[in-house]
Amino acid sequence: MAHLARIDLKPKELEKLSQQLQEILGFIDKLKEVDIKDTAPTSHILPINNVLRDDLPGESLSSDKALENAPERQGNFFGVPKVIE
Amino acid sequence: MELYKLTAHELIERIDKKETNSEEIIGFLEKRIKDVEFKVKAYVRLSNSCFSNLTHNSQNLTPNTQHLRPILKGIPISIKDNICTEGYNTECCSKILEGFKPPYDATVIRKLKQAGALIFAAKTNMDEFAFGSSTENSCYGPTHNPWDLDAVVGGSSGGSAAAVVSDEAIVALGSDTGGSIRQPASFCGVVGLKPTYGRVSRYGLIAFASSLDQIGPITKDVRDSAILMNVISGYDSFDSTSVNVDVPDYAKSLGMDIKGLKISVPKEYFIEGLDKEVKTIVEEAINKLKDLGANYKSVSLPHTQYAIPVYYIVATAEASSNLARFDGVQYGFRARCAKSNLIDMYKKTRGEGFGQEAKRRIILGAFALSHGYYDAYYLRALKVRTLIKQDFDKVFREFDCVVTPTSPTAAFKIGEKIKDPLKMYLSDIYTISANLAGIPAISIPCGFTKKGLPVGLQILAKPFNEELLFKVAYAYEQNTPWHSMKPKI
Repeated sequence: MAHLARIDLKPKELEKLSQQLQEILGFIDKLKEVDIKDTAPTSHILPINNVLRDDLPGESLSSDKALENAPERQGNFFGVPKVIE
Repeated sequence: MELYKLTAHELIERIDKKETNSEEIIGFLEKRIKDVEFKVKAYVRLSNSCFSNLTHNSQNLTPNTQHLRPILKGIPISIKDNICTEGYNTECCSKILEGFKPPYDATVIRKLKQAGALIFAAKTNMDEFAFGSSTENSCYGPTHNPWDLDAVVGGSSGGSAAAVVSDEAIVALGSDTGGSIRQPASFCGVVGLKPTYGRVSRYGLIAFASSLDQIGPITKDVRDSAILMNVISGYDSFDSTSVNVDVPDYAKSLGMDIKGLKISVPKEYFIEGLDKEVKTIVEEAINKLKDLGANYKSVSLPHTQYAIPVYYIVATAEASSNLARFDGVQYGFRARCAKSNLIDMYKKTRGEGFGQEAKRRIILGAFALSHGYYDAYYLRALKVRTLIKQDFDKVFREFDCVVTPTSPTAAFKIGEKIKDPLKMYLSDIYTISANLAGIPAISIPCGFTKKGLPVGLQILAKPFNEELLFKVAYAYEQNTPWHSMKPKI
């Protein structure tokens, strides 16, 4: 799971976290008691859907502003380690 | 008169009468912060330039033009560290966002500026990424409760609540995903409001759980809360979850009487686990509302006990998605890598940059969404969420509001719950349902324990009925002494 979440964990962390997550999941298992037959899921509390705007260009951040916080900048790009071998 | 003791509305009145001005207010605030901040630690990244910056901005306030309504006339406002302020570091009190200077203002900040408010450059302390109920999960260390410096301030907007009660802030903004405005407000003895979901724009709020988050005011009294809500509420095209419902003048709800008000008190909130002193104090508060003309009746919100498990699946699932962006590429901390490989950079950056609670929640959330577990956990939680919302819908058909304690206990000691995540999660029991149901809720001070710690009363109303919350909260406040009591720091 840590790999899926892209988080490096030290062995001690891994151990402690596994234990804590087991406990939390045990508690969450309480949800199995509930009768959810015929109940629709609520992923979003408001009755609004597909909020779109017209596809018209407007103001946006300049490249310089967007790259201001970059840990590594290369020209107009964010510099990162090799992606493709 | 030490101006830092006053509320925003009192200061605005004096400014209008030309009895004081921004510069004087800033001067008093600076002195107050220098006197007590070393004990409270409500702020992060505080420096002298924060004050000169305020003074500079007060001198450059745009004169009153037709489209600007400077309701806040040069009042300084303190902001939680997860709300983007252009040019002022916004780091969610996390190492992984160190050095981040947003290139834009959150919509609420833009609105506050348009109303003449002065944004304080030092942000208020918080649990990292809003993950927490005590402000102990901050990379800067905890904030100390001005009522008892060994006690927590609550979380995650603990810094904002502490700053307001210690008079280190006139008013503040916080954010609330599972109680993060209301619970610290109750632990610190101030007023905290979580608006209806969609009432206040989330644009510029660094997201924790997108279907639960809301920004809201933390203030010394109810009137200040109403004034801030007048400024920050409203439809925003930049937030696709913001709702196009008119913003009433919330201040008009203040002073209305509550005769005949129908209050419901959910029995599931008054069971084992609720501290006996808190129970007594809250029952007295409900009786006070009765003296003021309201009627109350016991009701049932049968799915209350499932709110915490639902929350810790839904919120962590959404958090795991929202925090995927913190990977060292575009902003913040990037780990030095021995191997030059992108995935290793992600893993090392996130491993070193996130605190324990952040890692716990991200991994739990990813698990709940993962193949093979999605139906059993996430989908099931979403269905129980519907049932929780329906419990409230049913009650609101007959009653005007729901009244509960804000928290099962008063402020606990620093270090008391931090080692046991599950114990910490259980302290959110009374606040979480409002986020799941999307309804507005306010916490107001209603008394003190024998040890001198504040207790909060929570009032909940149906969606977009903040007016009712203000009406009831103001009536209670004005007939009780709590709001004028201050800690001796």
